[in-house]
Amino acid sequence: MTRSDLIARLAERYPQLLAKDAELAVKVVLDTMAGTLARGGRIEIRGFGSFALNFRPPRVGRNPKSGDKVHVPAKYVPHFKAGKELRERVDYPLP
Amino acid sequence: MTLTKAELADLLFEKVGLNKREAKDMVESFFEEIRVQLESGESVKLSGFGNFQLRDKPQRPGRNPKTGEEIPITARRVVTFHPSQKLKSAVEKTYHGKPHA
Repeated sequence: MTRSDLIARLAERYPQLLAKDAELAVKVVLDTMAGTLARGGRIEIRGFGSFALNFRPPRVGRNPKSGDKVHVPAKYVPHFKAGKELRERVDYPLP
Repeated sequence: MTLTKAELADLLFEKVGLNKREAKDMVESFFEEIRVQLESGESVKLSGFGNFQLRDKPQRPGRNPKTGEEIPITARRVVTFHPSQKLKSAVEKTYHGKPHA
């Protein structure tokens, strides 16, 4: 499913809304989520999961082509942890 | 600073002009559609944000950390999230190695 499929499904669920409202809603939700992480915040969606930042310390990497050492500065990377409901729903059905 | 469904619903009310009820339902549906898709075994690709994918993990040996007793961790399907390049660089740019609270 892509972003446009998601918009189409939401538009279908809410026939009383304009199609562009579903599109704008998806944009607002995703931009807000991305903006929150970019500002160092976290996201907690009950039943879905949480997004937070993980720290990556600085390290010396290598240019795979030339073999030269390159300094890779410390950074943060987004991390997602699935919530209980999502975890249980995607797992295999119990035997 | 933690973003939750309540704040997202407020924003849909303010920025999209949905009424409070619709805004709350829309946020719920947004995540439910993603869950339904993942539940059916399909990945979800949200351009500009990231991809949710499924990973099948085989059974592996584990142990009860309290008792030390060996118990197998059963085979399972899990969700993984891969942030888009855009999200990764937005996060990196703001917090370029600076520790934050």
